[in-house]
Amino acid sequence: MHSILKTSLAALVAAGVATTASADGHGLSGELRIISDMSNPAPRAVMEKLAADFDAMHDDLTVDLTIVDREAWKTQIRNALGANPPDVVNWYAATRMTPYVDAGLFMDISDLWEDPAMEGLASTKGAMTLDGKQWGVPYTYYQWGVYYRKDIFEELGLAEPATWEEELANCQVIIDSGRKCYTIGSKFLWTAGGWFDYINSRTNGYDFHIQLANGEVEWTDDRVRQTFANWRQLIDMGAFIDDHQSYSWQEAMPFMVDGEATAYLMGNFSVAAFRDGGLTDDQLDFYQFPTINPDVAPAEDAPTDTFHIASGAQNVDAAKAFLLYVTSPEVQSEINGGDALGQLPVNAAASVSDDKFIQEGFEMLSNNASGGIMQFFDRDFPAEMASVGMEGLQEFMVFPDNLDDILARLEEARQRIYQ
Amino acid sequence: MFPRPIQQQSPARQATYQALLPLALVVWLLPLIAVFIFSIKPDADFVSGNFWGIPSSFEMFNNYGKVFFESNMPRYLFNSLLITVPTVIGAVALSAMAGFALGIYRFKGNLLIFFMFIAGNFVPFQILMVPVRDLTIGLGLYDTITGLVLFHVAFQTGFCTLFMRNFIRALPFPLIEAARVEGISEIRIFWYVVLPLMKPALAALAVLIFTFIWNDYFWAVVLTQGPDAQPVTAGITEFNSQFRAAYHLMSAGSIVAALPPVAMFFLMQKHFIAGLTLGAVK
Amino acid sequence: MSSATTNGARAERGWYKRNEIAITPWLFLAPAMLFFAVYVIIPIGQSFWISFHQWDGLGEATWVGTANYERLLGIGEQNMDRKFEVSFWNNLKWLVLYLLAIPMGLFISLFLNQTVTGIRLYKSLFFFPFVISQVVVGLVFSWFYLPNNGLFDQIVGLVGIDIKGGMLGNPNTATYGIIAAGLWPQTAYCMILYLTGLNAVDPEQVEAARLDGAKGRKMLWYVILPQLKPATFIAFVVTIIGALRSFDLISVMTNGGPFGSTRVLSFFMFEESLSEFGFRMGYGAAIAVVLFFIMLFFIVYFLWSMYQDEKGGR
Repeated sequence: MHSILKTSLAALVAAGVATTASADGHGLSGELRIISDMSNPAPRAVMEKLAADFDAMHDDLTVDLTIVDREAWKTQIRNALGANPPDVVNWYAATRMTPYVDAGLFMDISDLWEDPAMEGLASTKGAMTLDGKQWGVPYTYYQWGVYYRKDIFEELGLAEPATWEEELANCQVIIDSGRKCYTIGSKFLWTAGGWFDYINSRTNGYDFHIQLANGEVEWTDDRVRQTFANWRQLIDMGAFIDDHQSYSWQEAMPFMVDGEATAYLMGNFSVAAFRDGGLTDDQLDFYQFPTINPDVAPAEDAPTDTFHIASGAQNVDAAKAFLLYVTSPEVQSEINGGDALGQLPVNAAASVSDDKFIQEGFEMLSNNASGGIMQFFDRDFPAEMASVGMEGLQEFMVFPDNLDDILARLEEARQRIYQ
Repeated sequence: MFPRPIQQQSPARQATYQALLPLALVVWLLPLIAVFIFSIKPDADFVSGNFWGIPSSFEMFNNYGKVFFESNMPRYLFNSLLITVPTVIGAVALSAMAGFALGIYRFKGNLLIFFMFIAGNFVPFQILMVPVRDLTIGLGLYDTITGLVLFHVAFQTGFCTLFMRNFIRALPFPLIEAARVEGISEIRIFWYVVLPLMKPALAALAVLIFTFIWNDYFWAVVLTQGPDAQPVTAGITEFNSQFRAAYHLMSAGSIVAALPPVAMFFLMQKHFIAGLTLGAVK
Repeated sequence: MSSATTNGARAERGWYKRNEIAITPWLFLAPAMLFFAVYVIIPIGQSFWISFHQWDGLGEATWVGTANYERLLGIGEQNMDRKFEVSFWNNLKWLVLYLLAIPMGLFISLFLNQTVTGIRLYKSLFFFPFVISQVVVGLVFSWFYLPNNGLFDQIVGLVGIDIKGGMLGNPNTATYGIIAAGLWPQTAYCMILYLTGLNAVDPEQVEAARLDGAKGRKMLWYVILPQLKPATFIAFVVTIIGALRSFDLISVMTNGGPFGSTRVLSFFMFEESLSEFGFRMGYGAAIAVVLFFIMLFFIVYFLWSMYQDEKGGR
């Protein structure tokens, strides 16, 4: 039933794309300038192929692609959009769009969302909507969760933990075997944000987490403290690798590849890196973050990455055609495949790769994320709060005793930022 | 001579000195040596934790080949060159003229203008950042090589003028008076009398400015982005993420980025050192 | 017609000829002054102006008076901006510790001031670090400092010191680690200045002092150092400037972290002005102005010293 619906939908959408493409196809000319932040090896290849294919489809159009470092892009995007803007840029969904929408730097593309070809993206529309308008299109999303060394778990006789108690018990066994439970590289801060998202939403529930993100709860609230107390249990038992504040997420990866640490709370994009590092699918497996408070439904981090048109774009027609192209079912199936991005397609008509991690993630997000979908700490919280916040989270992970000071600082920031 | 020449001391001391020299050098350059060793190691060494030991295989050509053929590195290097060379020419030309004016003529405000150049040269970059970025955007030169060159020329002119003026001051003034008596125009005096005498200063400044500009990072980040206009100092961060935590490729890239100014230094050593002393140590 | 033109031209040439000495310097100065005014002098004024505004770099700037400074310095009911406080103290650390480059440079130059075979090459190789970009120096040192695998960690590990988090990961040591990296090229710079200075030391005075029985430290202090004064002055100038410009190394090595403990004013200013969550050009400009005033203190001193020299000269 499901598959029949899917196929017919796919046919419908494909037809839609075909008509739009041919309608626009003739008119496209000039130069389409794209700045992309897909700088890691696998995404880079995907982006380069996307640009080359789109270029080849249109005789009169030249696609000029610039790929910038993903971390650097976070500080460059505003500059790029303000001065001599390109036509198309990469960014992230939800609250993280706000500063650029407010500053008038993203183009309102609500009309594009009226296009029949966009029907397959209906479920993602909310994440792209601010002030009742749509400001971009998603091109991929991915689950977060715990990636772990199955072979080491088997060696120690451990099973995937479902509850916090099991988690702590597992971790104790791992530590007793001379390993660390988790690797993490917090130099660029956001990895610590992932931990907070999970522990906070598992402790206090999705609604509370979002209230906190919206500035409606004080950081010094007891419920927030409870989250940190839970987190501290892991820190105090020595669950995390040492010196993580010196590493990027990539630099923290060898600890797991070497077996010095057994698990990594990460997004699914890490699978490509694990495989590059030499881990086979027999050694690597995935489980959903365990339950902490049985009374709250599980919420999951599933960040959506996006394309936007700059409000100062020169070649709007080509930019819109490109956005339609990227979101079409065929392209979605292709770029999210296990040999490409290895993530989930945003178009319902696209096929989900049969890669085991992608399948598992799809299953988890479809059936077992009843609490809600979080975008991620640095996308749900306003950018400035996220920046101050993640600095505090990193400090907490290294010096848990500083908690009072950190929370007081975050609270002070909250009062200033949300006013 | 101070300290007392080693030749006048006991043979034991001489031997110790001779032995100490290379040892001190190795310690001093240890970080660089390490990076060089990094750059010829295979990836596997880093995974297995063999960071500082003997490379398990010799991958120099592989690693450097990757840097040159599989990354944007050549592009960035070329950008650096396109930024550096015009800046050197522009700054040296402007400051030779300004130095001539300030060094030869007596007029009201001479010292004031001279001090203005010096003071401007010392200000923190940050106080210029916002307006200069704004100006560059306004001129439509953001993210272009021209925008970066214009700023560098202007800023380096301060330092160069200080240098040139002091150098010209030290030239024999009667030479110029003699030329004036001959009825040679001031412009010709500059061109035919002073400029030839300034050759060492011009060379010294050119080398020095070359390294300053080549190594600039701050303005590259403020005024450009992406491989279209960014010089190698800024480009190397992109390289960083492209190859993940690939220390061997990163270090190969770093060495390539550092090479041109180093080569410049060795080729023009004498001038370089003259330049560093700001022409003040006579 | 044609004769009139010639006459006019001659008259003009005559006027120029008559005033040649007065006009020429201005002609020669004009391009440099124009560039310098547009890109350096005027922007300083603009930064002051912007620092009294709230401005995102795009739209209209709003006049806020001294509000930026009040928030920065914590005047009134608010606390001093913590980031500013951290940055300011780090700047002081930089200023003080960076000056170590001067005695260290002097020491190495004394060590190398000999005439043995190959000494020229040695001098050049010792100078090497200064020629390399600070970005590369930063990368090199961050690998050097890597926790566990870093050479530094292994060496201090031998004597039983274990820095928690590694040199750059520990907020108590990170700034010092970066300063040490900065001292490397800066010491090389000071060394070359002193080597040149030592070349110019008057050998007769040294010999005379030797006959008077001066040697070693005494000789250095009373005879050599006074003659090295110009070199010391320049070393001081470039070191102070270098210390206050410390941006590249911080940006490459720690990006301000861990938990913002390695920020300095120049980095903080950049961060605020061009940050992801909104350009705060006004606030950034206010930080730049504070930094400028710290620098101004030194600039005035430099200029005053140079002025004394000028008066003594021609």
